[in-house]
Amino acid sequence: MQMPEPSSRVLSRKDHIVARLQSVLPQGAVVHDPIQTRAYECDALTAYKCPPLCAVLPTSTDEVSAVMRICHEEGVPVVPRGAGTSLAGGALPTADSVILGVARLNDVLETDYDNRFIRVQSGRTNLSVTGAVEEDGFFYAPDPSSQLACAIAGNIAMNSGGAHCLKYGVTTNNLMGVTMVMADGEVVEIGGAHLDAGGLDLLGLICGSEGQLGVVTEATLRILAKPEGARPVLVGFDSNEVAGHCVSDIIKSGILPVAIEFMDRPCIRATEAFAGAGYPDCEALLIIEVEGSAAEIDDQLSRIIEIAKRHNPVEVRESTSAEESAKIWLGRKSAFGAMGQINDYMCLDGTIPVSELPLVLRRIGEMSKEYGLDVGNVFHAGDGNMHPLILFDANKPGDLEKCEAFGADILRLCVEVGGCLTGEHGVGVEKRDLMVSQYGDDDLEIQLQVKDVFDPAWLLNPAKVFPLNVTETRRAG
Amino acid sequence: MRRTPTSEQDLSDLIQSSEGPIKIVGGGTRDIGAPVEGTRISTAGLSGVTLYEPGALTLVAKAGTPLEEIDALLAKEGQRLAFEPSDLRGLLGTEGVSTIGGVVATNASGPRRIQVGAARDFCLGVRFVDGMGRVLKNGGRVMKNVTGYDLVKLMAGSWGTLGVMTEISMKVMAIPETETTLVGEGQTAVQAVESLSAALGSPFDVTGAAFAGGKTFVRIEGLEASVAYRAAELANGALAGFQPVSGAASADIWTQIRDVSAFADRDGAVWRISVKPSDGPRLVAALEDLAPQAIYDWGGGLVWLHIADQTDGGAARVRAELAKMGGHATLVRAPAEVRATVPVFQPEPAPIAALTRGLRQKFDPHGILNPGLMGA
Repeated sequence: MQMPEPSSRVLSRKDHIVARLQSVLPQGAVVHDPIQTRAYECDALTAYKCPPLCAVLPTSTDEVSAVMRICHEEGVPVVPRGAGTSLAGGALPTADSVILGVARLNDVLETDYDNRFIRVQSGRTNLSVTGAVEEDGFFYAPDPSSQLACAIAGNIAMNSGGAHCLKYGVTTNNLMGVTMVMADGEVVEIGGAHLDAGGLDLLGLICGSEGQLGVVTEATLRILAKPEGARPVLVGFDSNEVAGHCVSDIIKSGILPVAIEFMDRPCIRATEAFAGAGYPDCEALLIIEVEGSAAEIDDQLSRIIEIAKRHNPVEVRESTSAEESAKIWLGRKSAFGAMGQINDYMCLDGTIPVSELPLVLRRIGEMSKEYGLDVGNVFHAGDGNMHPLILFDANKPGDLEKCEAFGADILRLCVEVGGCLTGEHGVGVEKRDLMVSQYGDDDLEIQLQVKDVFDPAWLLNPAKVFPLNVTETRRAG
Repeated sequence: MRRTPTSEQDLSDLIQSSEGPIKIVGGGTRDIGAPVEGTRISTAGLSGVTLYEPGALTLVAKAGTPLEEIDALLAKEGQRLAFEPSDLRGLLGTEGVSTIGGVVATNASGPRRIQVGAARDFCLGVRFVDGMGRVLKNGGRVMKNVTGYDLVKLMAGSWGTLGVMTEISMKVMAIPETETTLVGEGQTAVQAVESLSAALGSPFDVTGAAFAGGKTFVRIEGLEASVAYRAAELANGALAGFQPVSGAASADIWTQIRDVSAFADRDGAVWRISVKPSDGPRLVAALEDLAPQAIYDWGGGLVWLHIADQTDGGAARVRAELAKMGGHATLVRAPAEVRATVPVFQPEPAPIAALTRGLRQKFDPHGILNPGLMGA
């Protein structure tokens, strides 16, 4: 992975920069010892590592502002970091960068049930936002699989989704406002407890901008009343294609499940061996979950089963209890772990029109043979967000490169059929060079111009999202 | 002068060769904002649905496609634009045919916004021509997309000040089997918003929550049995004493609220104000000396305010009171003379205004696209 050459000017001034940062932060909030900075050398994309110049852990918006001001004056790149769970290398440092970690910004600032929002500091974990309101019957809807660990700051940076966004939308649909520190240290408020923008929709622009436009320190999030209950049905098919058609038919029928999850045979087998969830041994299976009162759930599930039966399923397993529901979800939730047991894997995130599922799955199968690498598919079928898991052996020379080439081919295929490179993980460094397959020169240029407005010196997470050769002159300042 | 380009290239050529300001016109039904003088460029020649996949809940249409055409096409498959775009012809005294481009450019979202999201939340991708004539695209036609910056959201609600949209892809949704509205009478605005908050804070998936003409309205949609169950639960709980209205009568209530019909035949200024729902009644009470009439939608968070005063439409007072609580106010209806002098859109704090200016400078460096419509 190519990263920009670190600035020798910055490297040589490390002591000075660290001292300045220490002067505005509490004791222990600047991590600069070369052994300790290794904790920040990568995120969940562990194939690439580089310790930063130092890491700072501010405890307030004012401290973040002071840090940004210093870095701006010193010309030091800043890489914002939530919980470091990015699969795309969004928080990968360069040797001359300051990691700005928001982990110590984790308070709940305001909870308002009458107006259905919560205001939190951005380092708070996704699950603990729900944790703060669930006793009162509310929840925060976006639920990325890393929700136990991932921070709201990262969710906003990557516009995170999750299994239930078919019904509830992704982060951008649930974000009402932010407090953000600009690249030069200025603090701005965008949005709030009211809906929609009075002028240009800057909030919509910031969500999903991968920490390149500002550092979000506080967020106002929409909370919803918890449904009375939820229950899944598992349906097995003897072909991916038929399962794909079934997904389309369910969606067309007007029922809105909260989740439609899809697993293919390699994934089912790996999961069975690992978790023993008792899945049928079939080509493809769907887990479809609906919500509501007991009677509403019965009604919706019976309609879904009726649709599924038209596609000659090999198995239909309707959950009738919490235990059975847990068992149906067990395999799906252990899928990544199960694949990890077999080998190292790379998880992709391309999204395609639902109608293209059968074609894309078939092509992935063919490419898997050509590359000689196994691949399992487990994904959010309702919205076409695929997660092919390519298995490779990190200790085998050349395997990682082969896996990356295979992954790039799959993503190009996603774009070719009308989809996109990434649905919820972000571009980061991982898919940077593929941006040209989705966007023309002008389409990229206008995005760079947007960054010019927010961060004229190109100091915020500058080596991400766009191909390095495209951003070179801007980064050179 | 009026131009009607029939292709993106045409449009691009027109913009590149333009020597002065351009007023962009979709169907001309939402004549809101500071008056713009300039060559009129109509999107009427960029019309037609280019792709519709009911099984993927996606529709791609050229910007000038009439909304009615899209509604009719979707209805055949039992689907619709769930964000409930308004028809403001009655309110604004305009004629013509609303277009999808106009709906998106103005982020026109109706009562269902509180549950399903705004117009911007349903936009998946956009093609547009910017002020330099560059033909640009962003997003795509899939439900989840974080590939690069989300300029789709930025374009939605930009009122043609960043570019002329040529094609938009949207998420559509199924028309539910049935709907019921629970109607309550005799509440004050404060009591009504309390009821609406209770209903919206329940697990019963409320898709409309309004207080208008002295009545409190709560809408539920979905499968027949489910709607009956939820209506009963609400009527036995948070909405005791409310009476159910179903079918066409229910639908009619929400069309009236969506289109602000109550203010259509009444002279005076009309504001569209977004606040924290519990602030809605507080704001109106604080403006009592202006004898305002209010329609509350979005659980109290969207206030349509009628003020008879014709000098500044009550702008100074509305904005002063709003500043105490947060939110934004748009003067959607006032004589052109008033709109030329009073900021129609909410004035922004300096750092936000600087970002807005910076973005316009990149998208439209010569300042020719609907210049001044949203303010400086």
